[in-house]
Amino acid sequence: MTSLPPALIFFAGALLVGLAPARLRPAMTLLVPLFGGWNLWYVAGGGGLDVALFDTQLELVRADKLALLFGILFHLATFLACIYAFHLRDRMQQVTALIYAGGALGAVFAGDLITLFIGWEIMAVSSVFLIWARRTPRASSAGLRYLIMQISSGLLLLAGALLHISETGSPAFGAMGLGSLAGILIFTAFGIKCAFPLVHSWLTDAYPEATPTGMVFLSAFTTKVAIYGLARSFAGAEVLIYIGTAMAMFPIFFAVIENDLRRVLAFSLINQVGFMVVGIGIGSELAMNGAVSHAFNDVLFKGLLLMSMGAVLHQTGKINGSELGGLYKTMPITTGLCIVGAASISAFPLFSGFVSKSMVMVAAAEEGYWIVWLLLLFASAGVFHHAGIKIPYFAFFAHDSGIRTREPPLNMLLAMGLSAALCILIGVYPSLLYSLLPWEVHYVPYTADHVLTQLQLLFFSALAFAWLNLSGLYPPELPSVNLDADWLYRRLGVGIVRRAERVWIKAERAGARFAQYGTGVLQRSAARHYGPASVLARTWSTGFAALWIVVLLGICLILYYL
Amino acid sequence: MNAGHLPILQVALPLIAAPLCVLLRRPAFAWAFTTLVSWALLAMSILLLIRVMADGVISYRLGGWAPPFGIEYRLDAVNCFVILVISAVAAVVTPYMRQSVAREITAPRHNLFYGVYLLALTGLLGIAATGDAFNIYVFMEISSLASYVLIGLGSSRRARAAAFQYLIMGTIGATFLLIGIGLLYMMTGTLNLADLSLRVAEVPDMRPIYAAFAFITIGVLIKLALFPLHIWLPNAYTHAPSAVSAFLAASATKVGAYVLLRFVFTLFGPEFSFERMPLMEILMPLSLIAILVGSGVAIFQHDLKRLFAYSSIGQIGYIALGISFASTSGLTGAIVHIFNHAMMKGGIFLALGCMMYRTGSVELSALHGLGRRMPFTMAALIIGGLGLVGVPLTSGFVSKWYLVQAALEADLWPVALLILLGSLVALIYVGRVIEAAYFRPPPPGAPAVREAPWQMLIPTWILLAASLYFGVHTDITVSVAERGAEMLLGLPA
Repeated sequence: MTSLPPALIFFAGALLVGLAPARLRPAMTLLVPLFGGWNLWYVAGGGGLDVALFDTQLELVRADKLALLFGILFHLATFLACIYAFHLRDRMQQVTALIYAGGALGAVFAGDLITLFIGWEIMAVSSVFLIWARRTPRASSAGLRYLIMQISSGLLLLAGALLHISETGSPAFGAMGLGSLAGILIFTAFGIKCAFPLVHSWLTDAYPEATPTGMVFLSAFTTKVAIYGLARSFAGAEVLIYIGTAMAMFPIFFAVIENDLRRVLAFSLINQVGFMVVGIGIGSELAMNGAVSHAFNDVLFKGLLLMSMGAVLHQTGKINGSELGGLYKTMPITTGLCIVGAASISAFPLFSGFVSKSMVMVAAAEEGYWIVWLLLLFASAGVFHHAGIKIPYFAFFAHDSGIRTREPPLNMLLAMGLSAALCILIGVYPSLLYSLLPWEVHYVPYTADHVLTQLQLLFFSALAFAWLNLSGLYPPELPSVNLDADWLYRRLGVGIVRRAERVWIKAERAGARFAQYGTGVLQRSAARHYGPASVLARTWSTGFAALWIVVLLGICLILYYL
Repeated sequence: MNAGHLPILQVALPLIAAPLCVLLRRPAFAWAFTTLVSWALLAMSILLLIRVMADGVISYRLGGWAPPFGIEYRLDAVNCFVILVISAVAAVVTPYMRQSVAREITAPRHNLFYGVYLLALTGLLGIAATGDAFNIYVFMEISSLASYVLIGLGSSRRARAAAFQYLIMGTIGATFLLIGIGLLYMMTGTLNLADLSLRVAEVPDMRPIYAAFAFITIGVLIKLALFPLHIWLPNAYTHAPSAVSAFLAASATKVGAYVLLRFVFTLFGPEFSFERMPLMEILMPLSLIAILVGSGVAIFQHDLKRLFAYSSIGQIGYIALGISFASTSGLTGAIVHIFNHAMMKGGIFLALGCMMYRTGSVELSALHGLGRRMPFTMAALIIGGLGLVGVPLTSGFVSKWYLVQAALEADLWPVALLILLGSLVALIYVGRVIEAAYFRPPPPGAPAVREAPWQMLIPTWILLAASLYFGVHTDITVSVAERGAEMLLGLPA
């Protein structure tokens, strides 16, 4: 049995779903990832698939372990998200979500840069519909800004790919350094999708404007494809360590002051991606495994958190922390599942985040990046605060907002339940995940055992605690953080976070003002020069037009005779 | 029928059909007759292209007079391709005209409309088929005069003003072309393009040839509507009847591009045009400005026909840019884009005609909520729009691919980036259209709107399906274009 390219199944599925009657559509969206998963089995066994476009040989399917890991992840994520969206009666979202997932699969299975680019663009164009589908004016303008950033990334990728092909003569999508202009262009393209600092704002701007179900899809694919691209092409690029650290650090401060709980999770998404970027930057096998396994886990637990917030939004129509509270009384199951996600993202033992995040941190320590390690530790504490505590606390506990609602529809609960079960399963049996990791083969002889033992015995936290205590760099009270969240909030809040916040708020306001001023000037000048009344758009009088012809003729004649 | 006479039949058939069409007084008859003629033209153009691709250049002697003295019709890969594009567009647009013309043009004039339309077709096909410089001028006048009438038939009073402006500008262009050809004739004593190309090089005093080159390039650039000579285009496309806008957008400017290729490469030769004359230095900045200004102005338009007319100015910039590289990949990009843009823009204007037919307006605000009520029309509009942006899997991507490649080959980095920036700007105006069609609720009290009739939808979708098909299966278009490019550059095929 030969396999089909995974992306093709999703595109065909999207077409069929689009044509199907409304009643059958939700069930059909579920069948697509299931059928895709069955096909994936054969993809894993078979060889690549090549086609020719222009004069270049394209490799549509390259099924090595790295690609397969993301392939499995994306099928799983699509399946869970489709269950979550089962109640949806919106053909546009159902179709574009499947095309979006298909584009992501096309990109991760791409063996050459052209196929990657095509998948990249399909993702960009299809995903924006999940934002526009909210059908609010805010969503429509945020969607357009999002689309411009995504397409810019695609164009940079195209420029880089063309240059790379003309330099090396091969379109292969493989390891590539930052030494050439092509490498830098492609790196920038990945960086935009990955939400590197300063080009991250599309994510926090647009994702929270998406529909409740749309944001679950969005969080699973775009940044993860970028992580895949970085892992494929720029593993071990040292600059990634510092970029990643910055990504892990800065969103914490924004997340703390943000009121929209889904936007808090968008910041937290950047923060988690930061850990992965650091892992790729370190580039050792341990670090790379940590990065990709953390990507895997992040899709599950971030998906779970977003689903629970989506459920809140779906049931109450509100998502601001200040307007919510006390929902545990009426949504106890959602509360419990949200707490599982919160525990996973905070890397509690026996939850999934624990088994992957520490790999990156151990790798950082092993390679001697002590400051990076320390900052990541701080970032982890920050994650615990804003994602682990703030999200469930403000939504479900805190002051009672007086909102009385019900549990979300059964399909939403089911999707959250499955995600939560996976989070716990991976946390308890990390070997399930480790067996999928791309570099395990090299890893077995001397470290697999070692890592498992280390993780399962909480070696890392002990080391961290001990080392910090010995060096005296860290307040000795921190381990008690886990016991009393309120304390962390007040104490560190007063001490560090507040001050940092103030700086950040100022910086952000100044940045926003500058950006507003910049776009204002750009818009005004664009409207002045291109708007309906501008000289370029006005209907010129025929005489004036004729004058132009003569002027141009004169210029040509002068140039020709020179 | 003797296949040897195909080259002349391709032009003579619509020329003879035009007066016959006027004699058929009933609109339905005139329409049916025109449709038949257009299909016959398509069949003939396919036969011609097959023969040229198999046997090479066909030289047809009009009236049996041998070339430099008699008129020669000379068909090679480039003009066969252009003929195919024109007749294919005509064959698709003509069936569409029945409803659209019935709605937009008052009844007593229908048979005249079809007659004039056939004359425009004659002119365009004649320009492409002939190998004689003076003949090109004559056919250009035929097609232009017919276009002025077609545009003037538009329902709004502004259509007359637009047609008049086009008439003035077009006449200046034609006069320039005539002056240029006259100068060439004065210096060489011949009008045959192939013969001219040999003799131009031997002329002792080159100064009149320089002048001829300037007059001809400017004259043709007016027809092509390259910035800043584009003034006639937005008004003409906006106020012409929908079917006419679609036909002209898909064919007239494309023929202008063809004439430019013919004069610059075949007659003067790439060595003269690009090494002795600074054509690249003139054409490239103008095309880049055209790309950015055309697309930029399109963003702020509220009338969709006007929006896509400005987008045409930007797309023409891409074609001219490809020509200005004077390299194989640049010319391939230009020729492929002539075809691809004809399909996309033709399809878009047909979709706008469907919208006009049902809602009576092509304002951006009239689009609100149409995504649900006219799903097929709107999907067509979006596919065409994505093609203009150059999204992969649409044919626009193929053209941009070759243009970017040409820019990189020529080590012109900023140009490659500007091409990509142009795509980004195009994305904004297409984004506005998508947003209005799908994400804005219909205004309260808007009249109920049904999907356009299938007779109009099918032609629209044929053009857009072609643009999608040739976005994936690039070998047909690209192999013809590459062969044409090599031939124009005088490289061994």
